[in-house]
Amino acid sequence: MKIREIKELLDAEVVCGEDALETDVHSACGSDMMSDVLAYVKDQAVLLTGLVNSQVIRTAAMMDMVCVVFVRSKVPTPEMIELAEESSIALLASGKRMYEACGTLYYHGLGGAKHE
Amino acid sequence: MSDKLNFHFDVDGENFVSAGQASVQVKKNLRELGLPPEVIRRVSIAMYEGEINMVIHANGGFADVDVYEDKIVITLDDKGPGIKDIALAMQEGYSTASDQVRSLGFGAGMGLPNMKRYTDDMQIDTRVGVGTKITMTIRL
Ligand SMILES: Nc1ncnc2c1ncn2[C@@H]1O[C@H](COP(=O)(O)OP(=O)(O)O)[C@@H](O)[C@H]1O
Ligand SMILES: [Mg+2]
Repeated sequence: MKIREIKELLDAEVVCGEDALETDVHSACGSDMMSDVLAYVKDQAVLLTGLVNSQVIRTAAMMDMVCVVFVRSKVPTPEMIELAEESSIALLASGKRMYEACGTLYYHGLGGAKHE
Repeated sequence: MSDKLNFHFDVDGENFVSAGQASVQVKKNLRELGLPPEVIRRVSIAMYEGEINMVIHANGGFADVDVYEDKIVITLDDKGPGIKDIALAMQEGYSTASDQVRSLGFGAGMGLPNMKRYTDDMQIDTRVGVGTKITMTIRL
């Protein structure tokens, strides 16, 4: 699935990373706990979260993720946007809640983790 | 052992906003050195967990990353409260993190086990009331 499709399916605004919209992604995860993302995520390229702080972006960067989607109408700070741009991570913001956002993407073919 | 490259950081324990900064910088530096992505990912995650721990449990400290020809050594040195029971701290899910820390997205008790998992060797040198020094090695 292209990041552009995620944007469309979630009716999301592109906060930054407009040039990454044609990037193909194959899996995603949803969490407000960065500890869990660090411990359980394998190769997911997209993180959906309702948490807003700089560690969300740094966690995504450590995990080589390419896109972070903020759910529940959360808005990233200018500092987070700057961090995301430095790490070439696209940021999307959607009004959908976590359950609905994850369900929508999953239904349209964006899978979750491949279990070890 | 031949020449090594050293990256040194002060980890600010007063300011959660900056927590993780050193790890982001290290990742950038290792990329520039052209190391394999899998190695960079392991170093990044292990160091990031350790750096966050220094901020949330130990009031900051120093972080060093030494790149040798055949290994990368991460050293995290703090003057925090120390770890009373290392075996307990190493258990998955064990955490003394506050609700405040949890609301910031950390404190699942997976950091130390994760650091061990992603490195080839991890040594914890700690004394209650004095501080903690964690040395992690990733072979190249
Ligand atoms: N640098 C440190 N100084 C003092 N205590 C620490 C340090 N790092 C870890 N700990 C202790 O070990 C526990 C487990 O650490 P960790 O596995 O990273 O989980 P978490 O950080 O989510 O609590 C912490 O809750 C804390 O009590
Ligand atoms: Mg931790």
